[in-house]
Amino acid sequence: MSRKFATWDTAIIALTVLVLIIASLVVDNFGTSRNFTFMVLDLLPIILVALPMTFIIVTGEIDLSVASTLGLTSSLMGWFWNHGLSIETIIPLCIVIGAVAGVLNGFLITGLGLPSLAVTIGTLALYRGLALVVLGDGAVADFPFNYTGWVTGTIGGGAVPNVLILIVVLALIFGVILHATPVGRSLYAIGANAQAAHFAGIRVARTKFWLYVVSGAVAGLVGVLWTLRYSSARADNGAGLELAVVAAVLLGGVSIFGGKGSLPGVLAGVVLLTALQNALRLEDVSGQALNIVTGALLVLSVLLPNLISSIRGNWQRRKLRQSAA
Amino acid sequence: MAEATALLEVHDVTKSFGAVAAVQGVSFPLYGGEAHALVGENGAGKSTIVKMLAGVHRPDTGTLRMDGTDVDFAGPADAKAAGIAVIYQEPTLFPDLSVAENIAMGNQPLTRLRQIDRKAMHANAERLFRRLGVQLDPTRPARGLSIADQQLVEIAKALSSEARILIMDEPTAALSAVEVERLFSVVRSLRDEGAAILFISHRFEEITALCERVTIMRDGKHVATELVADLTVDDMIRRMVGRDLSALFPKQTVEPGEVMLEVSALSREGVFRDISFTVRAGEIVALAGLVGAGRSEVMQAVFGVDPYDSGTVKVKGKRLKPGSPRAAMAAGLALVPEDRRQQGLVMELSIERNVTLPRARKLARLGLLFGGAEREAAATWTSKLQTKLGSLSDAVGTLSGGNQQKVVLAKWLSTSPQLLIVDEPTRGIDVGTKAEVHRLMSSLAADGLAVVMVSSELPEVLGMADRVVVLREGRVAAILSRDEATGESVMYAAMGQEAA
Amino acid sequence: MTPAAARPPIKFDILKTRELGIVLALAALVLYTTINNPRFLSGQSVRDNLLNTAILAVMATGQAVVVITRNIDLSVGSVLGISAFAVATVMSDHPGLPMIIAILVGLAVGAAAGLLNGVLVRYGKVPALVVTLGTLYMYRGITYSWAGGSQVNADELPAHFLNFANDNLLGVPWLVLIALLVVGATTWVMRNYRVGRELYAMGSSPPAAELAGIKVARNLLGAFVLSGALAGLAGVLFAARFGTVDASAGTGYELNVVAAVVVGGVAVFGGSGTVWGAGLGALLLTVISSALAVLDINQFWQQAIVGALIVLAIGADRLVAVRIARSLRKRDAHV
Repeated sequence: MSRKFATWDTAIIALTVLVLIIASLVVDNFGTSRNFTFMVLDLLPIILVALPMTFIIVTGEIDLSVASTLGLTSSLMGWFWNHGLSIETIIPLCIVIGAVAGVLNGFLITGLGLPSLAVTIGTLALYRGLALVVLGDGAVADFPFNYTGWVTGTIGGGAVPNVLILIVVLALIFGVILHATPVGRSLYAIGANAQAAHFAGIRVARTKFWLYVVSGAVAGLVGVLWTLRYSSARADNGAGLELAVVAAVLLGGVSIFGGKGSLPGVLAGVVLLTALQNALRLEDVSGQALNIVTGALLVLSVLLPNLISSIRGNWQRRKLRQSAA
Repeated sequence: MAEATALLEVHDVTKSFGAVAAVQGVSFPLYGGEAHALVGENGAGKSTIVKMLAGVHRPDTGTLRMDGTDVDFAGPADAKAAGIAVIYQEPTLFPDLSVAENIAMGNQPLTRLRQIDRKAMHANAERLFRRLGVQLDPTRPARGLSIADQQLVEIAKALSSEARILIMDEPTAALSAVEVERLFSVVRSLRDEGAAILFISHRFEEITALCERVTIMRDGKHVATELVADLTVDDMIRRMVGRDLSALFPKQTVEPGEVMLEVSALSREGVFRDISFTVRAGEIVALAGLVGAGRSEVMQAVFGVDPYDSGTVKVKGKRLKPGSPRAAMAAGLALVPEDRRQQGLVMELSIERNVTLPRARKLARLGLLFGGAEREAAATWTSKLQTKLGSLSDAVGTLSGGNQQKVVLAKWLSTSPQLLIVDEPTRGIDVGTKAEVHRLMSSLAADGLAVVMVSSELPEVLGMADRVVVLREGRVAAILSRDEATGESVMYAAMGQEAA
Repeated sequence: MTPAAARPPIKFDILKTRELGIVLALAALVLYTTINNPRFLSGQSVRDNLLNTAILAVMATGQAVVVITRNIDLSVGSVLGISAFAVATVMSDHPGLPMIIAILVGLAVGAAAGLLNGVLVRYGKVPALVVTLGTLYMYRGITYSWAGGSQVNADELPAHFLNFANDNLLGVPWLVLIALLVVGATTWVMRNYRVGRELYAMGSSPPAAELAGIKVARNLLGAFVLSGALAGLAGVLFAARFGTVDASAGTGYELNVVAAVVVGGVAVFGGSGTVWGAGLGALLLTVISSALAVLDINQFWQQAIVGALIVLAIGADRLVAVRIARSLRKRDAHV
């Protein structure tokens, strides 16, 4: 089993590299440094939200409310700015508010024992609704340039975007936690068999609770970054992002049933999705039509491993029958 | 055989799950008008046989024959259509549906418009309940029924399908003596009408009371099929176990040390009440009793995986924080749980991850874990226990039952516990490994470890334990010293009967 | 006699109280709103509310059946979109076609989409959440590629198609009649026919359903096909009611549909709840939204209320379940 998913990880990483190479050869402008900067900026929200989402899905749960949390913090950012708070206050405040949104999810899921799918569909509507209540369909745009410029800017004006540092640092932190700490080990155990994890002294509910808080905080941070990137605080910022994130995480080889997956796989999944969209857009394929690719990849990421393992099982049984006959 | 054609014949069937062969080349016949017992220790492959007859599993090799012709069940629907009804060990009711609907599911009485005739359905359920002599409201949902009532609904369900072959997998475990007797009279009347009964039970008095023929299985293999009248209970046990009992359980005599564990007046509503006992260093204390007596539940509450309502647990005189396995582990407790697959191991994870799971935090350096430390710890303990494995990075699910149990033991012994709780330590593992586990427990006790052993296997209890705490219906029925504990005294206490 | 004989019967019918609860909430809401603004009960306002409920209720019916089997269909909004665009295109190209053909086209498109969902769930062994999240994207993407930025306007559609939304039978709009028929018939089948009870059984305990020999595959495919077909039908109603159809029709509807079902008392764990409860849920959500307008409350509250209702509904279900379990344990405790 573990070997099978190891191959899925590697296959995705290989496929991603392949797509990048082919795209830079075939698609005009794909390999340019300008396009690289754009791609990293497109990658930014998905990759950051995907980090805690990977943890959550590894434990066998899900958080569909992340994009709405993003929208809520974006809205509030605009509202706070309009009410004269300094940007230095607003940014940490928004991250805290994201974390509070996560606390509510975590409490409903681990405290009351409600299914995470239903809870986060509910808070998906709730947080987006609150975002609308805060800002309506208006927008706030006049954020200070030194912040908006940093998000869209590159290191020393070169090809490497500033935000890439943020991505690398956070990905490293999350990767090390998942793959080289006792907490990471316990996440896999919880996802594969929560009861056995409980019997081994792992605090299942508490661990899950904190995952939702972290997920909310990261969504809050991304709300800030999103607002600064587009210089626009809007209630509908990031709408639908949760789907892209879940698709990327599953595509990266994380099992929706929990217990399996790796962060390098997820990073490859995010890059693959973003690169495909970027390349197709450069080829003038409409953004909405790309949904077909995203959706198909999402289904295939679960379907293919299932098919492979069932074919393997049939083959083994047949062999057994033949050897017995 | 010279006798009439078997209604159903199991012919040389084999079934494996991964690397584990659950059933190997088993054959036996079921005759109409006869009750046939299937006996064997836990893990002997009885339930796998049941699931093949029920159409849940397909045999890897071999065939099932009904009335002399081969049948191949693609699913439970096929088996049902062929006239096989199964009462499983675990009830399989639909909690949201009414009792009557549960009974009628699949062949509800219909009106002319093919709608369900609720009146007829309820009347039918009531008729079946009358026949079974129970009183249940057919319109109430199955959710919240006691285990015994659920089992009765299962029986009513089997009766309503008018099956030619009735398979019962330990149907009596949760029933009272009166209910068992009533069930038997119904089963006897079915049998007399020509049905074939396959009856699985651990209670020999039930087998001798109900069955004409018995098939004995051991470690997935067929041992014998004989007339019950030709065998004594001792014969059956000997063939089930396949060895001499006394030689297997080498408990060394140890001078007990300080009191390690003191459980006083421990209660959990609806589960157990007023449980008190102590365990000293170097002692093995067995918790005996029937299935459902609350033994595992008590020890899970002691270890903190389950809560309790009142009472105290003291370890070396210090009160243990309730509901926290972590606190229990810090106090030197370890629990090898009853259900290896669900509680003991994370099947998909590697052997090394499983072994080091409870103490990953201790193995970490500066909060970080590198493969080396875990691998080293896992290698040390798996080799100490002579675990047969390919690579430490293989998923633990690929090991055989006995070796899986060794991994669980390695996992907990590596935490250097002072009090080891083992729940059914030898369930479903082969004879050789069993002896190894017993030797291990004995030598651990000799080294001053306190051991609490929950076991349903009487020979194991009598062979290993310095003292036997017998539970019945959630209460302590007796505490017997090694000298007082005999097969009879333990069973009588467990079943609530006076010694004859 | 077993101890069961002595036990008093407990009132278990939480479901009935749930539906009663919605009716009471509806009544209170309507009463309060009407006191504040009597026009709320005017013919036009009632008619608008019912028309708006109709589309949601039709979709909630299919969703309820799917959720009862312990699955979910998040693709319904996209299925509505593809069906609405397909039907609008067909009707603008062939204005002579009768209404019934439009309805059949919508049902067929939806059924095909639902069948793909069901096949992937059952035979691909992919969880319904993943499948329908994926097809939510795919069906929407197909609609966008097909439309390519164009839209079908009301003036391109035949009059009899557009009138369908406003025409009445004995004073009841066709849309409302269709919704009543769909909700009523499905409720009836789920309650009184074998297949209905089997769907409940499948959601109540999936492993027991397999053991009981229920044709799980057939029923599951049926549930997804029904949900798809009804979303397709909703697409026809959508096109007829709004006249203008572009590729974005029905975007985000899945949220309201799931909300209606959950608020209507269908348990997300499957096995319990009723279709007409889901219909009531749809009515409640619609009335809340129009009451906000009438009461002059910020329209933007509507979505937040939907979210809060979902969370409250599943929380309430859980609390009731826990309380019942506790009282049962106390009652059954012999020790």
